[in-house]
Amino acid sequence: MHFDHKHLLGIEPLSKEEILAVLDTAESFLEISTREVKKVPTLRGKTVINLFFEPSTRTRSSFELAAKRLSADIINFSKLASSVVKGETLKDTVLNLEAMQSDAIIIRHSCPGAPHYVSTFCRSHVINAGDGAHEHPTQALLDAFTIRQEKKNLDGLKVLIVGDILHSRVARSNIFLLNKLGARVVCVGPPSLLPQEFEKLGVECDYNFDRAIEGADVIMMLRIQLERQQKNFFPSLREYREIFSLTQKRFRRAKKSAIIMHPGPINRGVEISTDLADSTKSVILKQVENGIAVRMAVLYLLLGGKERETTD
Amino acid sequence: MRLLIKNGRVIDPASGTDDTLDILIDKGKFAHIKPKIEEDGLKVIDASRLVVAPGFIDMHVHLREPGQEDKETIMTGASAAARGGFTSIACMPNTTPVNDTRGVTEYIISEAKRNAVVKVFPIAAVTKGLCGEELTDMVDLKSAGAVAFSDDGHPIENSLVMRRALEYSKLLDTLIIDHCEDRNLSGDGIMHEGYYSYKLGIRGIPASSEEIMVARDIILAKKTDAKVHIAHLSVKGAVELLKQAKKENVKITAEVTPHHLFLNDAHLESFDTNLKVNPPLRSSEDVQALLEAVRGGYIDAFATDHAPHTPDEKDVEIDQAPFGINGLETAVPLLLDKLVNKNIITLEKFIAMISTNPARILGLKNKGKISVGADADLTILKLHQEVVVDKNQFRSKSHNTPFHGWKLKGVPVMTIVAGKIVFP
Repeated sequence: MHFDHKHLLGIEPLSKEEILAVLDTAESFLEISTREVKKVPTLRGKTVINLFFEPSTRTRSSFELAAKRLSADIINFSKLASSVVKGETLKDTVLNLEAMQSDAIIIRHSCPGAPHYVSTFCRSHVINAGDGAHEHPTQALLDAFTIRQEKKNLDGLKVLIVGDILHSRVARSNIFLLNKLGARVVCVGPPSLLPQEFEKLGVECDYNFDRAIEGADVIMMLRIQLERQQKNFFPSLREYREIFSLTQKRFRRAKKSAIIMHPGPINRGVEISTDLADSTKSVILKQVENGIAVRMAVLYLLLGGKERETTD
Repeated sequence: MRLLIKNGRVIDPASGTDDTLDILIDKGKFAHIKPKIEEDGLKVIDASRLVVAPGFIDMHVHLREPGQEDKETIMTGASAAARGGFTSIACMPNTTPVNDTRGVTEYIISEAKRNAVVKVFPIAAVTKGLCGEELTDMVDLKSAGAVAFSDDGHPIENSLVMRRALEYSKLLDTLIIDHCEDRNLSGDGIMHEGYYSYKLGIRGIPASSEEIMVARDIILAKKTDAKVHIAHLSVKGAVELLKQAKKENVKITAEVTPHHLFLNDAHLESFDTNLKVNPPLRSSEDVQALLEAVRGGYIDAFATDHAPHTPDEKDVEIDQAPFGINGLETAVPLLLDKLVNKNIITLEKFIAMISTNPARILGLKNKGKISVGADADLTILKLHQEVVVDKNQFRSKSHNTPFHGWKLKGVPVMTIVAGKIVFP
């Protein structure tokens, strides 16, 4: 299996084959979480640190469970309960935790490139769990895994990503991944949150949700943050909802087989209507479930098996 | 102390000289400049196969003293300047305290007299505390030794304040140097807004942020007939505005930095904090426009915007790092290698833009030229010598350069200030 990286810093540096290697590995891990005893000894004796500088429910728990189901030891770091509040730098924080002999550091940080920076001075494998608006590679991988489960193949699918594209790391990682796997990506949002230059990343940009959704196979909704309104990216949530909310009426324009995705947390009744979020068309909780297998695969590919010479 | 420099290729754009000449320096001034000077009993420097130029002037430097001596001091900054081939530097007022009073200006001048191996010219603040509200006592500051006025790093947002500053500056025959940036548009941006900022998810600083302020300054300079100098020009749109203003004879000059000429926003893919600078490294299209403007003669001066920051300050995630690039010790080799050696500009033009023109812009009457009676400041260059930039060799207190490891051809080999060899 081809996956020759020391770190997982983003989707952009990965080849199509490497992405498929993660997805295929995840397939084999999916079943472990359904066992009576949800644990294998694969990473026994490895120490993993969950280093979260931003709040997180799904990603942090998912990485924690993924590590535990592979029998690795994992500790959770959260910013508020740490010396970061006393002014300790990111570098010192990482070096101190690493002095406790970690094998992998999973980092979530508000600054783009923070995992890349950490990887320049750290011995451990670094896994990006979301860096500012830059990348969230495991989210894109679990999204691809979920799409593959539902649609067999990503090639040629019309995938819509809707909402605050500008500030979304999920959008960027998905754009990189879906392009590599041959999907047709259409981004939808208000021009203030969807700069034209995104077309240079290999996607189509459309401000008209009703038009763009025609014939879509996958509709990926992004969370809209209230703070964007305060900065005038759009005038009001009311108006945003009118134009960019996924409603039953809009959803009917998509393919009959279309699925609805959302990286969470969802704002019910804002970017997506509650009935759709809870409908059979929604794979939102499937995404969460698959996240564990995908993160097990990432941990395994980076940490598992024999220590091999890796380059990154 | 007398000094004879023999057999050098003397290039002096002010007089149009490009000839093999001997130069005799006496009491810190040029005494004779002739094809052959024979005199016994004085120190002789053989400048055969070397270029002898009027001392280079960097009109945009941050020396950090008083107040931020962990980054740089007047002594270390001046030493870095000497190593970089500069004989004079003009230092920006964003120190702690801000250089907005006679006391701070005099402090800088007296510290420089005591500790600096090159000539230091303070630039005073336009507004008190760099707050953009109340003008400083400009006449008093000028008489204390300030050569120009700038709120560098803190753009003057209020157009009325800028207008009044320009009007009042005419009393002094001085100039206002403006860091052109609309802070509302740049917000908390970190890099140039464009393809790479969108790709990397790093908050952008749009080109329009600079263009709007350059346009405003041109309009106000035209209205007031005062002199304005645009610091670190970085975008194509601002170049276009500058060209138009010069055609209309507005009293406007502009500088460009080596980093804006030789690096672009694509480099930020490394997330290297040494590339974080304001104005940010722009797109390759902007870089092309700047190079064209240099070639076309629209840019008056090269300046480094030397902005030293300690290794600790830069050894953080990119959000947290301060803006700035350490420039004094890399500028001359970069410009020689990338512009002169590549025939984008002639050697004479290069010397004009780094000596003659900055002297003229700042009104330094006895500098920037090799003529009898002028200050004996010289920069001697070896055009065919190669150098690999090594930040660990810097005399600057800080090492924040993105050019570490670059191999360049053309180096300053000797720096003479008022007849005294200050480097090597």
